[in-house]
Amino acid sequence: MQTDQILMTFFAGVLFLGVLGFFLGRSKAARVRAGGAHMHSQPDQYAWFTVLSAAGPAVVVAMLAAIVLGVFESAFPGWLAVVGALGLGAFGLFVGLNRVRPELRARDSLERAVKWVLIGAASISILATFGILFSILFEAIRFFQMESFWYFITGTNWAPGDAFLEGAGRAEASEGPSGNFGALPLFAGTFMITAIAMLVAVPIGVSAAIYMSEYAPSKVRDVAKPVLEVLAGIPTVVYGFFAAITVAPLIVSAADSVGLEASFNNALAPGIVMGIMIIPFISSLSDDVISSVPTAMRQGSLALGTTRNETIRHVVLPAALPGIVSATLLGVSRALGETMIVVMAAGMRPNLTANPLEDMTTVTVSIVSALTGDNEFESAATLSAFALGLMLFVVTLALNFVSVVMIRRFREKYAVNNL
Amino acid sequence: MAQSLDDISRQLKKRHRKSARMKWLSMSALIAAGIFLLFFLADMLIKGMPAFQQAYIQVEVDYNERAAELPLAAVEADYRELVSRGYLRLIPGRMAEDDSLLGTTQTEWVLADDAVDQYLKGGKARLKDKQVAVIDRMVEEGRAELRFNTGFFTNGDSKLPEMAGLASAAIGSVLVLIVTLAFAFPVGVMTAVYLEEFAPDNRFTRFLEININNLAAIPSILFGLLGLAIFINFFGAPRSSALAGGLTLGLMTLPIIIITSRAALRAVPDSIRQAAYGVGATRWQTVRDHVLPLSMPGILTGSIIGLAQALGETAPLIIIGMIAYIPDAPGSFTQAATVLPAQIFTWAGMPESAYVERTAAGILVLLSVLITLNATAVYLRKKFEHRW
Amino acid sequence: MTTKLASPGAPVTFNQETTHDLELTVRDLKLWYGDKQALHGIDLDVYQNNITALIGPSGCGKSTFLRCLNRMNDLIPSVRAEGEIMMEGKNVLSKQVDEVALRKKVGMVFQKPNPFPKSIYENIAYAPRMHDIVSKGSEQDELVERSLRAAGLWDEVKDQLDKPGTSLSGGQQQRLCIARTIAVQPSVILMDEPTSALDPISTATIEELMHELKQDFTIVVVTHNMQQAARVADYTAFFHLGKVIEYNDTATMFSTPEKQQTEDYITGRYG
Repeated sequence: MQTDQILMTFFAGVLFLGVLGFFLGRSKAARVRAGGAHMHSQPDQYAWFTVLSAAGPAVVVAMLAAIVLGVFESAFPGWLAVVGALGLGAFGLFVGLNRVRPELRARDSLERAVKWVLIGAASISILATFGILFSILFEAIRFFQMESFWYFITGTNWAPGDAFLEGAGRAEASEGPSGNFGALPLFAGTFMITAIAMLVAVPIGVSAAIYMSEYAPSKVRDVAKPVLEVLAGIPTVVYGFFAAITVAPLIVSAADSVGLEASFNNALAPGIVMGIMIIPFISSLSDDVISSVPTAMRQGSLALGTTRNETIRHVVLPAALPGIVSATLLGVSRALGETMIVVMAAGMRPNLTANPLEDMTTVTVSIVSALTGDNEFESAATLSAFALGLMLFVVTLALNFVSVVMIRRFREKYAVNNL
Repeated sequence: MAQSLDDISRQLKKRHRKSARMKWLSMSALIAAGIFLLFFLADMLIKGMPAFQQAYIQVEVDYNERAAELPLAAVEADYRELVSRGYLRLIPGRMAEDDSLLGTTQTEWVLADDAVDQYLKGGKARLKDKQVAVIDRMVEEGRAELRFNTGFFTNGDSKLPEMAGLASAAIGSVLVLIVTLAFAFPVGVMTAVYLEEFAPDNRFTRFLEININNLAAIPSILFGLLGLAIFINFFGAPRSSALAGGLTLGLMTLPIIIITSRAALRAVPDSIRQAAYGVGATRWQTVRDHVLPLSMPGILTGSIIGLAQALGETAPLIIIGMIAYIPDAPGSFTQAATVLPAQIFTWAGMPESAYVERTAAGILVLLSVLITLNATAVYLRKKFEHRW
Repeated sequence: MTTKLASPGAPVTFNQETTHDLELTVRDLKLWYGDKQALHGIDLDVYQNNITALIGPSGCGKSTFLRCLNRMNDLIPSVRAEGEIMMEGKNVLSKQVDEVALRKKVGMVFQKPNPFPKSIYENIAYAPRMHDIVSKGSEQDELVERSLRAAGLWDEVKDQLDKPGTSLSGGQQQRLCIARTIAVQPSVILMDEPTSALDPISTATIEELMHELKQDFTIVVVTHNMQQAARVADYTAFFHLGKVIEYNDTATMFSTPEKQQTEDYITGRYG
C-alpha cells in the first residue's frame, strides 16, 4: 500500500472509532443517568472519555510504529501497523465504554488527558529543535569522519566536485581527508555579504526607528509602519530576483563608469538587497526599544535646556543601546542564514577576496548546491552541507542567545514589559 | 551668574541647526526605505506586466494526413517558426479525436512562439529578418495581436516560455499550505494554551520557552536539512511532496503561531477566567468555552501571518527537492509538487527573456496573494480588536 | 516695590511688605488639553531668591502650571496655552523665546528621581558640556564637584563618581537631579513634588537643601504636603480647579487665610 493510502485508512479508522466512541459513550451515560443514578460528570464528558480511550492508544501505537519503521525500514508492513493500531483502538473503545459508570470521574480523567495532550503538543517544539540539531549533527559527524575538521574550518580550498571525481576514480584518489573541503572562502564570502547588508540595514534601520519613535507625528507613523512591514513581508526569492536582475547590472554599469570591473555575481548586489530586507527587522525592534526608554529620561534631559538631538544622542540612544545591539545581532543572524538572495544573486565560486565587486559564494549557497545535485547522499560532497549547516546552527543560536540576554537586561533595567 | 535668555538663544543657533539636521537625516532614512519599495514595485510592474499579455497569430491550419504524423506540415513554411511548438504538438491529438478535421483547412488564431511574443512587445527577439518582415505584415493585416494571457493562470510549467503558467505551482502551494496549517495550527495553539493556561512555572516550561525562541531564530534553510533528514530519509515521506514540504514549513510556522496565540490568550483578562471558575468550570472548560473563543481573532490573525510567511518561503523547499520540473498539478499530498516561490526561482534561472517577464509576473501574483493575506489579518485584528 | 497684585480674576494682597525683585510675573494664563481647559486665568508673581510653594488638591492644575514656566507642556502635542509669563521683559510663551534657552534658565526637578543611565559624574557634566559652559578636564571636574557640593551630595559620592547614577538611593538620586540642574546655572528651579517619592529622612535633607539653594536660585515647588509648604516656602499659592484661590506669604496663608476654601483645605476639611 502507498503511504498516503495507509495514512488515509488510519485517519478514517481513528475518526470512525472516535465518533463511534462519542455516541456510544454518551448514550450509555444518558441511559445510566435516566436509570436514576447520580453521576459524577456530564454525559458529554463520559462521551469524550470514551473517545479518548479509543483514539488515544491507536494514535500512540501508530506514532511508535512510524518511528520503528523509520529506524528499521520495512521491519513489518505498514498495513500491519494500521490494523494493530485500529485494533487496539477498538479494544480501548470497549474498555472505556465498560468503565462508564456513575462513580467514574470522567471529568477529572478528561482534564488530565487534556493536559497531557497539550504537553505532548508543546513538546513538538522541543522535538523540532533537537530534531534539527541531531539530524544535522549526525550527518556532520559522518562528514568529519571522512574529512578533517581542522582543515574544514581553516582550509582555503573548497572543491567538492573534485572529491566526487576522486571517488569515481577519475582523479588521483588520496587516502583519508581529501583537502577539498576547506570552508574558509565560504565563511569569508558569508561574512562579506553580511557585512555589506549590515552596513545598509543598521544605519537606515536605526535612523528610521529614531524618526518614528522621536519625531514622527502619529499620521506619518501610521503610514510608515505598514510600509516597513511590507518590506519585511516580501519573500526572499523575490528579493533574490530583484538583486540578480536589476541591482547587479546597475552595480556593474556603475562600477564600469568609474573604471572598475565588477562581476555580474558581485557580492555588493545581494549584500545591499539583503540589507534592505533586514531594515524592517532592525527598525521595528529598535523602535520598540527606543519608545520604551522612559519619558522621564527625555524630560530630564530637555529640562536641562538641551535640544532634541542632544537628548536623543546622549540620553535616549545610550539607554536604548542594548536593545539596538540586540536587534543588530538578530539582523546579523538573519543575514548569515539568508539563502535565496545569495543563491540567486551571489556567485558559486569560492573566492577568498576582499573586493565586494568580485563574485564569491556563501555557506548557504554551498548547502543548496551540495543538496540539489545528483550526488549520492553518502558522499562527502553531500554531507558537507550538514557540516556547513552545523556551523550556521551554532553561530545563529549563539547570536540569538546573546541578543536575548541583552534585551532581557534592558527590560529589567527599565521595567519594560512589552518587549 | 545666570546668563540672560538672549545670550543663551544666540549660543543655541548652531545647536538648533544640528538638531534640525538630525531630524532630516533620520527622516530621510525612512524616505529611502519608502523610495526603495516604490522603485522595487515599479521595477516588478514594468518587468512583469507584459507577461499578462500573450501574442496570438492568425494562420491557416491545413489538417492533412501528413500533419497527423508531422504537425509542422499543417502550417505554411513561412509561419512554422512563428507558431508555438506547444500548439503544433497538439494537432495530431486533436485530429485523432475529431475525424471531421481531416482534410479541412481552417483559419485559426493560435498561440505564437515566444520570439514573436517578445518582438510584438518591443523586446529583443531571436528572429531572422525575413520572419520580422512576415510578422510586420501580419500586424498590418491584423493577423497578429496581443491578448490577455489566460494560459499563465491555467497552464502548468513548460519548457516553452509561451506555454508556461502558474497553475500547477499554485495548486502545489495550496496543498503545502493545507498540510502546514493542519500541522502548525493545532500544535501551535495547543502549545500556546499549555504555556498560558496550564503550565506551572517550572524548568520544563522555561526550557520550552527557550526552545520556541530558538526555533524562531533558526535560519529557514536548516529546516530544509531537518525535513530532508527526518521527514524524507527517516519517515520515508516522498521527496518533493506537499506532505514533506508542508510539514517542514509547519515546523517553521510553529513559533509564529505560538507567539501570536500566546499574546492573544494573554490579552483575555483574568476576570473572565475567574468568573468561569466561580461557576464551577474546570480549567479546560474555562479555556474551551471562554478564553479560546475570545482570543480566536488574535490567533487567526497570527496564523494568517504565519501562513503568509510559509507561502513565500523557498529555501527549505529547495533542499527537500520541491524545485523539480512539474508541468502537471499534483493530485495528492504525496505526489511531487512545486510551489509558487519555487516556480519563480526556477523561471528566474531561465535565459529566455520571456521567462524573465514571467518571473516578474509570478512575483506580482505572489505579492498580491501575500498582501491580500496580510490585509485580511490586519482587517481581522481591527474588526475584532477588544479593549478590555 | 509694592507687592499688591491687582488683576480682575484673583485679587490678592499681601499683608507683609517685601523687598524682593520679581523673577516671573504670570498674567491671565489659560491652558487647554485639547478641548478641556485646565488653567483658567492664573495670575501670580514669583519673587527672586524666594521659595514659592504651590499647593492644592490633586488635579487642580498646579503641576500643569509649573510646567508652563519652562514650557515642558510643549512636548504634549494637544496642549495650548494663552496669556503672559513675563521673564526679562519677554513673554516666555511666545514663539520668540526659544524654549531650549528658557529651559536652561528655568531648570526642573521631577517628582520621581530620573537620573540618566550614566555615571554620577556624567549625569552632572552632560548638560554643561552641551551648553559649552565648561571645557573638558579640570574645569569640568570643578563644576561637577561644585554642583554636587551645592546639592549636599559630594561627601557621599566623591569616591564613586564613575558608578551609575541609578545605583544611588532614592534621596541621593533626587539630590543628583538637583545637582545636575544647578550645574547648568539656571535662575529658577522648578520642583514638581520633589519629595513625594522619598522617605522622611531624605525629605528633610532635601528641604534643608532648598533653604540653602534659595540664596542663589528662585525656587517654585509644587507639593501635595501642606506641612512641607509651611516649612520651606516664603510664599504659598493655593490652587483649586485651575484657578489660584489665594496667594500670600506662607505665614499669613497658614495662620489667617482670607478665603473659606483655603481654610477648609488647610485644616483638612476639604475632600
